[in-house]
Amino acid sequence: MRLTKAFNRSLWVFHLNTGSCNGCDIEIVATLTPRYDPERFGIKLVGSPKHADVLLVSGPVTRAMADRARRVYEQMADPKVVMGIGSCMSGGVFYDSYNLVGPLEEHIPVDVFVPGCPPRPEAIIDGVVKAIAKLERLEGEGK
Amino acid sequence: MSEDSKNKATFNVPIGPVHPALKEPILFTFKMDGEMVEEVDFAPGKCHRGIEWMGMRRNPVQIVHLTDRICGICGVSHSLAFAKAVEQIAEIEVPERAHYVRAIIAEYERIQSHLLWAGVAAHELGFDTLFFLAWRVREESMDVIEYLTGNRVNYGIIQVGGVRRDFTEDQFPRIEASLQYYEDIAGKLLNLFLEDKTIQIRCKNCGVMSKREALELCTVGPTARASGVAMDVRYDSPYAAYGDLDFAPVLPHQYLGLTNGDVYDRIVVRLLEVVQSIDLIRQCLANMPPGEVLWEKKYPKILAACKKATGEAVGRVEAPRGECLHYVRMDGNPNPQTWKVKASTYSNQMSWLKMLKGEQIADIPIVVASIDPCMSCTDRVAVVRHGRTDILTKADLHRLSVEKTRRLAQWS
Repeated sequence: MRLTKAFNRSLWVFHLNTGSCNGCDIEIVATLTPRYDPERFGIKLVGSPKHADVLLVSGPVTRAMADRARRVYEQMADPKVVMGIGSCMSGGVFYDSYNLVGPLEEHIPVDVFVPGCPPRPEAIIDGVVKAIAKLERLEGEGK
Repeated sequence: MSEDSKNKATFNVPIGPVHPALKEPILFTFKMDGEMVEEVDFAPGKCHRGIEWMGMRRNPVQIVHLTDRICGICGVSHSLAFAKAVEQIAEIEVPERAHYVRAIIAEYERIQSHLLWAGVAAHELGFDTLFFLAWRVREESMDVIEYLTGNRVNYGIIQVGGVRRDFTEDQFPRIEASLQYYEDIAGKLLNLFLEDKTIQIRCKNCGVMSKREALELCTVGPTARASGVAMDVRYDSPYAAYGDLDFAPVLPHQYLGLTNGDVYDRIVVRLLEVVQSIDLIRQCLANMPPGEVLWEKKYPKILAACKKATGEAVGRVEAPRGECLHYVRMDGNPNPQTWKVKASTYSNQMSWLKMLKGEQIADIPIVVASIDPCMSCTDRVAVVRHGRTDILTKADLHRLSVEKTRRLAQWS
C-alpha cells in the first residue's frame, strides 16, 4: 500500500475513553508497546486531538461523555478517520443500560470498527491499516 | 517569600475529563497557590454504565460474565467476589481443585495488573524507557493467561460453583516457564525501579500518607499497606486456596527497614507483591488436588439452585488494587433483588485529597496514579430529585441517626 504524502511518515492517534471498562484501553496501550511496536511505522499516541489523524474511541458512550466525544471530533483537523474499538460500541453486554447513549455512530461518523471484547492488539493494528487506506482515499478525493 | 507573592490570589486549574495524563475520564479541579496544590476536588461518574441495575435484571450465570466487564484489568476479582456471594446464598460447595484454579488466575491477574501499573507510573514520571520495559515484561503474563483461559482480557473463567476450565498437568510446564521468567527478571525490575536516581528523587517524600491517615480514610490494598497498615483480604479472611498457602501481607519496611507512606513505598509494595505472587502460584501448583472444577456441569442446574436460594451474602476478594466487595441479596427469583459493588478505588480515592495537598503541579500525575485508580470499577450515579442537592455532613448523619433511634424507641 502506498501512503500519500501527508501520511507517509507518520500516523498520529488520539485515544478517547467514553466510559469503557479499561479492557480496550489497556489493549490499545499494549498495541503501542515493544511487543507489537507500531512506532516503527510512525504510529504513536498524541496528547491533543488537534495533532491527530486518527481518533480511537473505546467504550459504550456514557451520557456524560457523548458531548465530549463530539467536541473532541470537531477539534481534529481534516482529513481524519474515527476508529471504534470494542464490541460495546454498539451496546454489547451493556445493551439495556439506562446511562448509555450509544452507539457511537449516532454522535460522530465512524470509519473503522474493531470488534472484540476486547480486540487483540493484532486486530487493532489491522484496523489502523484499514484507516490508513481510508485516509489515502480521502486525500485522493481532496477532502 | 515577599509580601507581594503572599497576597496573590489562588487560581483554579481544571484537568479532565479528557486529558492525556488521565487514562479514564474524570474531572479534577485544583485550587493552586502558585505551583502548590491548595485544594483538590474531583467529579467522577463519567464511566457510569449502570452495571448493578442491569445485573438486577439478569440471572447469576449471566451476571458472572457481566462482572468481568466491570473492569478490564481486575475482572477476575469482581467475578470471584460475586460468585462467592452467590455460592454462599445458594449453599453451593465449590470443588477443592476449583479453589486452586481461582487462586492461580487471581495471582496472574495481580502480576499483570501490578506490572501494568509500574509501567504507567514510570510513564507519569517521564521515564518512558522503563514504561516500555515493564509492559514488555507484562506480555509474558498475558500470554500465559491467554494460554490458560483463552483470552488476554476478560477471561470469563469463573462460574458460580467453580471455574469453567481446568488447568491440566500438561499446562504446568508453560506456567512454570513463565514463573521462572519472572523470577529471573524480578531482581532487574526491583533494581531499575527502586535504585534508580530519577525515581528516587521524584517519588520519595511525595504524596505522603501516614498510617493513621490511611486508617482514617479507610484505604485498602497496596495503598494502605504502603502506609504500614497490615491488611490483606487473602490473609485476613482467606478465600479460594489462600487458606492453604503460606504467605503474609507485603509491607514496605520488609524491604526498606522503615515505612514512609510515600509514592516510593507504593512502588515497593506492588513490586514485592509480584514476587510474592510467583511464590503463591508455585505453592498452588504443588498442592493442587485432583477432582472436578465445577459444582455442577449443567448450567440449568446451577441456575435452578440460584433460583431457589433466598438470603444475603457478601463476597470479599483482594483485587490487585485492594479489597473488592460484592453484596448480593436473592429472594427466590432468578435475578438478584439487590447487587452492590464496592471496588477498591471507591475506598482509595478520598486519599487523593490528602496526598495532593501541598504537592507541586508537576507531581499531580504520579500522585494520582499512585493509588492505581480504576474509575470504571468505581463510578456511580447521583440522583437529583426536584433539582435539589444535599450534602450530608457527619453532623447531619449523626442527627438523622439520633432521630431514628428516638423514633424507634417511641414505637416500641
